[in-house]
Amino acid sequence: MSDIDADKVRARASLLAEGRWRWPEVLFWAVAASLFFLVPTKLTLLSEIMILGLLALSIDLVLGFAGIVTLGQGAFFGLGAYTAALMAKHGYGAAPLLGFIPINDPLLGLVGGAIVAGIVGFATSFLVLRGSDLTRLMVTLGVALIVEELANKLKWLTGGSDGLQGVLPAPLLGKWDFDLYGQVAFIYAFVILFVMFLVARQLVNSQFGMSLKAIKQNSLRSRTIGMPVNARLVTVYTIAAMFAGVAGAMLAQTTQFASPDMVAFHRSADALLILIFGGAGYLYGGLVGAVVFRVMQDFLGGITPQYWQFWLGVVLLLLVLFVRGGILGLLRNGRDKFFPKSGKD
Amino acid sequence: MLTILFDGVAYGMLLFVLAVGLCVTLGLMNFINLAHGAFAMAGGYLTVLLLNRYGVSFYLCLPAAFIFCGILGAVLERTLYVRLYDKSHLDQVLFSIGLIFISIASVDYLMGASQQIVNLPSGLQGRMEVLGASIGVYRLFVIVICGLLTIGLQYALSKTRFGSRLRAAVDDGRVARGMGIDVTRIFSVTFAIGSALAGLGGALGTGILSLDPSFPLKYMILFLIVVAVGGTSTITGPFFASILLGVADVFGKYYDNILEPLGKLIGVELPGIGAFTIYILMVVVLIVRPQGLFVRGASR
Amino acid sequence: MTVVLETRNLVKKFGGITATDNVSFKLHKGARHALIGPNGAGKTTFVNQLSGVLSPTSGTILLGDQDITGWSARRRAISGLARTFQINQLFADFTPVQTIVLAIAERESKGSEWYRPAGSRSEYVDEAVDLLRQLGLSDVMDQRVGSLAYGRQRLLEITIAVAAKPHVLLLDEPAAGVPESERDQILEVVASLSPDVALVLIEHDMDLVFRFAKSISVLVNGALFVEGTPNEIANDPRVRQVYLGEEELLHV
Repeated sequence: MSDIDADKVRARASLLAEGRWRWPEVLFWAVAASLFFLVPTKLTLLSEIMILGLLALSIDLVLGFAGIVTLGQGAFFGLGAYTAALMAKHGYGAAPLLGFIPINDPLLGLVGGAIVAGIVGFATSFLVLRGSDLTRLMVTLGVALIVEELANKLKWLTGGSDGLQGVLPAPLLGKWDFDLYGQVAFIYAFVILFVMFLVARQLVNSQFGMSLKAIKQNSLRSRTIGMPVNARLVTVYTIAAMFAGVAGAMLAQTTQFASPDMVAFHRSADALLILIFGGAGYLYGGLVGAVVFRVMQDFLGGITPQYWQFWLGVVLLLLVLFVRGGILGLLRNGRDKFFPKSGKD
Repeated sequence: MLTILFDGVAYGMLLFVLAVGLCVTLGLMNFINLAHGAFAMAGGYLTVLLLNRYGVSFYLCLPAAFIFCGILGAVLERTLYVRLYDKSHLDQVLFSIGLIFISIASVDYLMGASQQIVNLPSGLQGRMEVLGASIGVYRLFVIVICGLLTIGLQYALSKTRFGSRLRAAVDDGRVARGMGIDVTRIFSVTFAIGSALAGLGGALGTGILSLDPSFPLKYMILFLIVVAVGGTSTITGPFFASILLGVADVFGKYYDNILEPLGKLIGVELPGIGAFTIYILMVVVLIVRPQGLFVRGASR
Repeated sequence: MTVVLETRNLVKKFGGITATDNVSFKLHKGARHALIGPNGAGKTTFVNQLSGVLSPTSGTILLGDQDITGWSARRRAISGLARTFQINQLFADFTPVQTIVLAIAERESKGSEWYRPAGSRSEYVDEAVDLLRQLGLSDVMDQRVGSLAYGRQRLLEITIAVAAKPHVLLLDEPAAGVPESERDQILEVVASLSPDVALVLIEHDMDLVFRFAKSISVLVNGALFVEGTPNEIANDPRVRQVYLGEEELLHV
């Protein structure tokens, strides 16, 4: 009898262990926060990296956990960016929401970006569900191209290819204006990224997250144990779109600008590559990948832009052919090799 | 009206020649090669180089592009693609995006970022009157060449020994292997021919498609739509899908400001529909026939 | 006796081939029924239609007194119809505990809970552990499913189906590919299932079939050839002929 109880205790512990904070995670966030003091001259770049990381994190939710290959996450990023930019542009001096929240409030802009991106994500998710990987690629890419065309063509709304000027977000929490040194922007991006990360972490470690991982591994079996597979995929696709929308909104607010470039194919492709660099399915892959990607870009792109694209292509080929699971995958394999498992974990 | 239809058909047939290789390789190996357009670009740039720099006749450029891209395809297939067949679709996508980036960067570096203009031979310039419609001679030439290629392909597929083996392999690779058909070799040959056709299409299309380093990305969505709408089990499916897409696109561009009166009515400046027709088509097809418009039965 | 599952004139055609030919079939509560037939008789196709993986060309399927012909696999599953697959359909990266907790959570419609960690509902974990113990998997319950021995995976395949607390359980060749020495364990597990559950066993191993079944249906070329008790089937010359014919083919 006591034997069974021991089994149960062990099983509960091993299930809950998946979601427990470990010291490398704490260290990661501590280092990220301390960069504010360590490299005060690069705060703008760091904010941009965190925003890219959040976009890559949103792809991780659909690709790394639910197994949907997407080439169009930039669509939601762009929608979030334009929504927040328009709110900041036209909200300046307009009547405040509920009498006290200015329409151009940054946090309200994030909510707006998330909602618009989420609505489009929800609407298009039904197309994404249909068919094979190929149709998914086509639909996600197609949606992104449509949004890009709209950003270019709806000149009266978006400013066309010149982009949207005069984006003036209100001070953060009514107190702090986005400054030239990017101090407020860094803290803003850091806090929002951390909060969104916590949400994502909670999602993937919950029963809902388990069901996504199950669908990725075997959707036939998932269906035959009674799981509403399509509803789960719609949900995660919509949530991921909202994440991307928040990232886009943050970029528009901190750079006080929105342009079709924020929706362009390279935005979706870069974010996907960032995730693959870092490793999909770990949540941290996008964040680690964003750092490496931007450092590489600064180094190689400094020589010539073509040079950067060429080596990016080469790195991709090498990654696919020789390195499984990105940087975090390498680290995990290394850990398993040098510190063999002690039973669970 | 007839002229637009004609232009649309020319564009569609060109699209078919460009994309057919992708359809067959996808059906055969379930391999998603997004970099297919890079071969077309190679064909286009080869033509530009030979024609504009060395004065080679346009008519000779076409077979040259065909052969060059065929060899390029065969080499890349044996050295790189072959390692990817048993990998996931995600890996294939990443791999081919990597190839696209490399090709774009190389072409940009070697040839510059600007769009390339080809001086077509005088015999292909000008227009002629057919049935009251004004028809570009060059587009007629494109239709004739692509038409002949299509008939040739259909014949090769249905009548030759290689064709029947290929069809068997597409139908069910495992069974075909069991029957002693060397699917891997068939795939290599098909890949090379598909790349060659793409190269030829790229060369042929230098006067219709805009040729610059972003070519593989710009036309990627079109190829994907052709494959998704037309399916991978036949070549007639992609053929009709291409024509439909070509005609729709040309019509859309021609009637670009069809929404203008409506926009005036509601007081908003509506965008031209030209850039959106193919996407509208894509969405409609997905809603009506998720398995593709010209796909028989269940898809994989 | 109550009928829990029934098909009426079920037909499935693939192009020109009729894989299920006008099958009318009844399954009673608590049945121990075996579905046998030579290779290619359409047994798996039949089960795929029952479980909603394939939809029939014509005919009806009833679960209890409800017409479920148009239902999705998912809806059938939550209505008490579970199945195992001839080829394992498992979650390779999960542990058996994770797998069964997931199955239980979906059964209880709690699979979309996101605000608490998976495994925080200890009643699910306890039930999963009990179930795994009952099916003889507790020693491997927190190992990766993909690394388990094949026989163990087969048992897990059955455990997943049992975790759904089904009224009807379809077992598609549960012992296929399992070494001789481990077959008895699978049979024991199947025999120990609740007497209220109606079981349908598809199996090639005649020894297993005759030890397990109280009634048997023979499918030949997609059609129901004959039905009866194990005794009747064993002594039916036509059945023997069907199988002998196959034996001869196999030896050529």
